[in-house]
Amino acid sequence: MTTWTLATALLSHWRRRPLQFGALLSGLALATALWSGVQAINAEARASYARAAIALDQNGLANLVSPNGGSLPQSAFVRLRRSGWNVSPVLEGDYRFGTTRLRVIGIEPLTMPAEAQTVDLGNAGDLLSFISPPGTLVVSPGTAEKIRGQTDLALRVSDRMLDGAAFVDIGLAQSLLRRDGELSRIVIAENQRPGLEPFGALVPALTVREPNAQTDIEQLTESFHLNLTAFGLLAFAVGLFIVYSTIGLAFEQRRPTFRTLRCLGVSLRVLAVLLLAELVLFALAAGAVGVAIGYLVASLLLPGVAATLEGLYGASVPGTLSLRPEWWLSGFAIAMAGTLVSSAQSLLRLMRVPLLAVAQPQVWGRSSQAGRRIQVLAAAALLALSGALLLWADGLQAGFGILGCLLLGASLLLPAVLSGFLTVMQRTSSGALVTWFCADTRQQLPGLSLALMALLLALAANVGVGTMVSSFRLTFVGWLDQRLAAELYVAARTEPEADRLRAWLATKVESVLPISSVDAEIRGQSMQIFGVVDDPTYRKHWPLIAGLPDVWDRVASGEGVLVNEQFWRRERLRIGDQLDLANDWKSTVVGVYSDYGNPKGQVIAGINALTSRYPQVSRLRYGLRVQPDQVADLRASLSGEFGLPPDNIVDQAALKEQSRRIFDRTFLVTGALNIFTLGVAALAMFLSLLTLSEMRLPQLAPVWAMGVTRRDLALLELLRPLVLWLTTFIAALPLGLALAWVLLAVVNVEAFGWRLPMHIFPYEWVRLGLVVLAAAVVSVFIPLRRLAGLAPSELLKVFASER
Amino acid sequence: MERYICAIVLILAAMVIALRNLSKSYETAEGRLEVLRGIDLDLGAGDSVALTGESGSGKSTLLHLVAGLDRPDSGEIVVGGRDISKLDDRGRAAYRRTEVGLVFQQFNLVPSLDVAANLAFHAKLAGRHDPAWENELVERLGIGPLLTRYPEQLSSGQQQRVAIGRTLAARPGLVLADEPTGNLDETNGDAVLELMLSLSKGTGSTLLMATHSQRLADRLDRQLHLRSGKIT
Repeated sequence: MTTWTLATALLSHWRRRPLQFGALLSGLALATALWSGVQAINAEARASYARAAIALDQNGLANLVSPNGGSLPQSAFVRLRRSGWNVSPVLEGDYRFGTTRLRVIGIEPLTMPAEAQTVDLGNAGDLLSFISPPGTLVVSPGTAEKIRGQTDLALRVSDRMLDGAAFVDIGLAQSLLRRDGELSRIVIAENQRPGLEPFGALVPALTVREPNAQTDIEQLTESFHLNLTAFGLLAFAVGLFIVYSTIGLAFEQRRPTFRTLRCLGVSLRVLAVLLLAELVLFALAAGAVGVAIGYLVASLLLPGVAATLEGLYGASVPGTLSLRPEWWLSGFAIAMAGTLVSSAQSLLRLMRVPLLAVAQPQVWGRSSQAGRRIQVLAAAALLALSGALLLWADGLQAGFGILGCLLLGASLLLPAVLSGFLTVMQRTSSGALVTWFCADTRQQLPGLSLALMALLLALAANVGVGTMVSSFRLTFVGWLDQRLAAELYVAARTEPEADRLRAWLATKVESVLPISSVDAEIRGQSMQIFGVVDDPTYRKHWPLIAGLPDVWDRVASGEGVLVNEQFWRRERLRIGDQLDLANDWKSTVVGVYSDYGNPKGQVIAGINALTSRYPQVSRLRYGLRVQPDQVADLRASLSGEFGLPPDNIVDQAALKEQSRRIFDRTFLVTGALNIFTLGVAALAMFLSLLTLSEMRLPQLAPVWAMGVTRRDLALLELLRPLVLWLTTFIAALPLGLALAWVLLAVVNVEAFGWRLPMHIFPYEWVRLGLVVLAAAVVSVFIPLRRLAGLAPSELLKVFASER
Repeated sequence: MERYICAIVLILAAMVIALRNLSKSYETAEGRLEVLRGIDLDLGAGDSVALTGESGSGKSTLLHLVAGLDRPDSGEIVVGGRDISKLDDRGRAAYRRTEVGLVFQQFNLVPSLDVAANLAFHAKLAGRHDPAWENELVERLGIGPLLTRYPEQLSSGQQQRVAIGRTLAARPGLVLADEPTGNLDETNGDAVLELMLSLSKGTGSTLLMATHSQRLADRLDRQLHLRSGKIT
């Protein structure tokens, strides 16, 4: 008997069951697609962070910094160079070129260590134009596109630059940022002459900040990528449920064939190798399809992910995907691993079955009482672990641990809960058909439990993430209403124009609220300090979370400052704590305000306190309070009087709309992954029902023979998945809410630094319930049509004594 | 209660079966196969009739037609004065539910129900659930200790006892048995047949049983032999 003959015998199973074959390949391809899609997105984003780290030299080398996070005097750099230290100065800050805000990084190319040189300025002409007035901005192609025409400075485009950042000569940076004689940090080259006087003696006021293995942005975005990976894993697991079920069924159905082949002299080893080869072949085929779909999914989702990363963390990631060989390979590897994991149990069972064992296929997926008990115990242990983590552990990993244990525990518990529910229904009913319906549904549970568990996970994720996003949105919109209290926002182009504007506005509006800020490093974090005037607008509207009763009086008098929630939580600050602000400025924390969507820490001080420390602070931007019906007139007057371009006069409604748009775009990817996962779960359910429908005749025929019409049986078959889906949906609601609570109260606090109130959205549940109902009807449609169209002769075959 | 008993008595009394010129054929890979060719047959109330013949002679097909599980190509199946071959799907289902009891070689118990629920199932569907009668059947069939077990936990003989109990619990006017002892050894087969005969006699049911076994056929009132789709 040749190998080919054997293979033909084994493969004939799939030829006769094309639906089962399709289920196997589509389950595997979908699992691979969603997993590898998410991995591609993560890989692209991480590659982008690495580029950013190189471009900005954030953490590649050690730096000398001010311990209080403020600026350093340029004299410190001069002293170090004169003592022979190989160091280079850097000044960083944000600067607006027209309407575009850029991170300006001032460097000194002649002293910058080679390992930190992102842009090659080796060419004499390039170097000269970089350091000579009026100066050159080195920017990415995307940034160049944005600021072209908005600056008189020469632009030099470099592919190695990050979007939103610009390299300039340090002299130009000091002039743009109005920080003459100041530096942000001093970069220390790796190679130094031996025997130099130590830093402690030369610049005792500065400290050395060692390079980090991980970039700041990598640390910030870790939770987001973990979140994506969790979603990918969830979708992968849901897909594997399909594969596991299909392979298990195929092995059971082929047991007579295996026995015949063994009786004909095929060794167990040869049989196992052939089956393994068959699985590998399928894994390769489905893996190729999966990787291709994964690429498509990733390229569709990446712009959304880029928007999320920019919106939540300020991380710049390109919206286009590059093909990486390692990603292709990992896609195939995961398809292969998934296939082998899903088939391990079936292969092991094959190895253990005695040659002459009864070759009747066993009821698919039937698990023993002991197996069910173990499952319930494991569920209880996981739920207990989830509770323990909640009570005693903290950190982002613990947050995801709570989520994982909760979801897995609940899904393992689901079959037992459904079985209990059906048992109670069966015991309390007296009608023969209801009793049979409950008992028969309960008997089918093992075959459907994997699909139902997948459905529970997908639904709970949908409810949980939906609740989180909707709570976030509701809070965000309310917060925007408070935060954007001014009716009009105006930006002057120059300081003299700003002076003129202030004088002009004095008689035209109810109040003028300056928006002045400086960049500072506080407690080692890059932050902004805003100055505010004492105005009722702040007292009435500013979204304070905590604060002293006379908080605004204290801020106005310069006695205290407000901090945003993320900084407050990150630094575990308390009201009354002393804070070292920049330039020997110390102040007391007197209040905390919510500041959603901002990745950075922020401080609000009285405007006088700020300007006394930073006399050169920019005073170009203002919020204007006017009666809403006067906004249009004032806007027109401002344009007429000052010739300000439209971008420099923005009304409140436009700003809110823009913020809401950014918010919605931010959660597009979450919504898309939610839908994908739900789709895969629905497919798993459909395939399980379809597969089970092939084995329903022995259960249905006796009931039909005893006088239940085919129509009634078909209706009961329709009702069955509806009951199961509905019960699973009801079970998913509390689980989803628990998931939302963990996301809002644990994961978000750890990941973003802010905590959101949880809101309940029953309307969304009703909508999801209707989707579930529709999916249930669709999933049962083909099996039902098959049953309704079944000829009596098919049912009679069940009773044939001479089968 | 009185009306209920009267109704049963009427069903049993009316259970006179007449088959007229009954034919049935099937499409097969080799072409059309004529299984039954012009069968004529009369059965009286309380008769017990054995249907014998070789494999493929049409015994099961005949039983299926009489049970209303399938329709003939031509001919009449008159039961209690009604031609059941003219009934629609719903009508034939009602006929099976209330007037016919089926016993199969493969037992065909409902796998998801325990023995007690299986026993009561058909009677409940027929609207003739009678716990006292079921208890008596349990007693006589000796399946008391098995009531909480599921079909898969029973031996073949035990399963067939339950199947007979289920059929008789519904007090059908007509019991159709297709090789009821085909899956049992001789001792078990004899015991099961004995029970079925005595119980159906006790309830006044008409019994039509297909069997290969001449030994078993000899124990019934009448024998009919099928050959090539005809009664000989």
